[in-house]
Amino acid sequence: MNKSLLKKFLPLIIFIILLVVPFMGLSSYLMHILILVLMWSVIGQAWNVLGGYTGQVSFGHAAFFGVGAYTAGILYQHVEISAWWGLPVCIVVLTLLSLAIGYICLRLRGAYFALATLALGEICRVTAENLVDFTRGNLGIMIRERTWVDKTWFFYIILLIAAGTYFLVKILIESKLGYYFVAIREDQDAAESLGINTTLYKTISLCISGVLTGIAGAFYMNYMGYIDPGVVFPLYDLSITTVMVVMVGGAATYWGPIIGAIIMVFLAEVIRSLPYIGAAHQTIFGVILICIIMFLPNGIVGDFGKLVGPVISKWWKKDTSS
Amino acid sequence: MAQLELFIQTLISGFLLGGLYALIALGMALIMGVMRIINLAHGDFMMVAMYIAFWLFSFFGIDPYVSVFIAAPVLFVFGMGVQKYLLTPVMKVESILPHNQVIMTVGMAMVLSNLATVFFTGNYRSVPVSYASSAWYLTDIWKNSPIELSLSLPWTLSFVIGVIITIGLWIFLGKTDMGKSIRATSQDLDAALLMGVNVNRTRLVTFGIGCALVACAGCLFIPIYYLYPALGKQFTNVGFVITVIGGMGSTNGAVIGGLILGIFESMTATYIGMGWAPAGRFIIFVLALVFLPGGVASILRSKRLGK
Repeated sequence: MNKSLLKKFLPLIIFIILLVVPFMGLSSYLMHILILVLMWSVIGQAWNVLGGYTGQVSFGHAAFFGVGAYTAGILYQHVEISAWWGLPVCIVVLTLLSLAIGYICLRLRGAYFALATLALGEICRVTAENLVDFTRGNLGIMIRERTWVDKTWFFYIILLIAAGTYFLVKILIESKLGYYFVAIREDQDAAESLGINTTLYKTISLCISGVLTGIAGAFYMNYMGYIDPGVVFPLYDLSITTVMVVMVGGAATYWGPIIGAIIMVFLAEVIRSLPYIGAAHQTIFGVILICIIMFLPNGIVGDFGKLVGPVISKWWKKDTSS
Repeated sequence: MAQLELFIQTLISGFLLGGLYALIALGMALIMGVMRIINLAHGDFMMVAMYIAFWLFSFFGIDPYVSVFIAAPVLFVFGMGVQKYLLTPVMKVESILPHNQVIMTVGMAMVLSNLATVFFTGNYRSVPVSYASSAWYLTDIWKNSPIELSLSLPWTLSFVIGVIITIGLWIFLGKTDMGKSIRATSQDLDAALLMGVNVNRTRLVTFGIGCALVACAGCLFIPIYYLYPALGKQFTNVGFVITVIGGMGSTNGAVIGGLILGIFESMTATYIGMGWAPAGRFIIFVLALVFLPGGVASILRSKRLGK
């Protein structure tokens, strides 16, 4: 088959293969892993828009994820409608939240921005813990009647979200907007002097990133059926893992977050299931993070050439160059 | 009168807490100034120092205040090692994502706190020093005092030692050659290079001193606080909040910022609720970012220039 044709249709082929996966009779556990991989790929793609393409490294994506999850949970708890309404409603909520966060944080640059987002993530967690009447605090919110016991439909929904995210990000980055984002990442002052309204485009990037992460969060609420502040707002297990997903896969690539999600989810499952070593999974993640930064700073996709050699990388580069 | 008593008591404990916070932030501000990175493993270095003090007390009965002299040099060497073998190599690595070094420190924080959990279990520990609950009371000195105030002995002792260490640091930064080159590097890296400052060595020493300072803070916190492996994150947050309030890389700002945060936090804890104290910390952080981006240091600077 023609190589360029293959590359063009590769996402579609993978999508179709994934469509038939539920019919292959996989065990419920494997389906769970696949759902987690897809969910993490959505979060990774979302982070990548802001961190990889626009260059604004965020340590607080747990805030978006958690608020998305709590939007769904609170709709169920207080408004008493299906938590699935959280998916559309969280678009509005997350846009507002992103605008607020953008107003505060986007005037800051570089490490300051990262710190501010980190703090906002923590603020969200503490608020959720303390507003007991509204969020039930550390008791968490539980959906008492699950939509489906079977995982098939959950899988299709997250597959749709993941595919939608992939194509949205691809279209976005290849549009004029994407070039603005990359210009801001490469040199904010130069972008500004070329007449790019950097604050506006950074805010747009943050909104897209926040909304996509929030949708993943709302899905998580529906899928797991239980959330509490420690589960949806953790620093290491969510915010930092998001950064790791993108860094392992490769920042500013379309496939990076997907590859990263596959590796991180499987790695987490394998490490946690090992005896003795399981307790030290954060150590292993930390060591992996350090090694990736030192030896593979652009991730597996970004530094594919370093890994596999120049021949294949030439073939690969055309596909992934941003 | 009870209200006033509560207010003054809160103010005093906030002030004492702030003095110790300032010590944590000083190390972070030094590192921030010279290296232009935020060390997000700062609190975890403190956790390591606290475990050193804890084990020294458990096995050899060494008083936590004495173990300052052991933990600080150990962390100094440890910090220099981290800078030399982990952070310096990363500076040369080219990548799309900026702030590689900051993400690196996050990785170190994960490793340290998790290893502490694996080796020392997640149990809360404290050092049962004999003077832990002794205190001075106002009524002891002034019999007919209308209000009753108390001053805890370990808190006061920790505060005083913290002040002594801070003054020592000031003298070091102001009088010695090394201190001057640290300040020069933090003001202008290129100019310092041109003036013949060995920037790499300065970085090494600065990171070491930053770690040693936080080790001191850890040892001073041991008699008044409890110890658990995940404690690092909380104090890292304290550190960078103060660094931002005080102005990035400013040591004077860090001291003032530490006092502000300490007082603000005990006020939130007393008048709003214990659970909200961390939120108060971050709210003041966001307020500082929005209304005073240069931190306290910018006020100090404009005052000085205004004269």
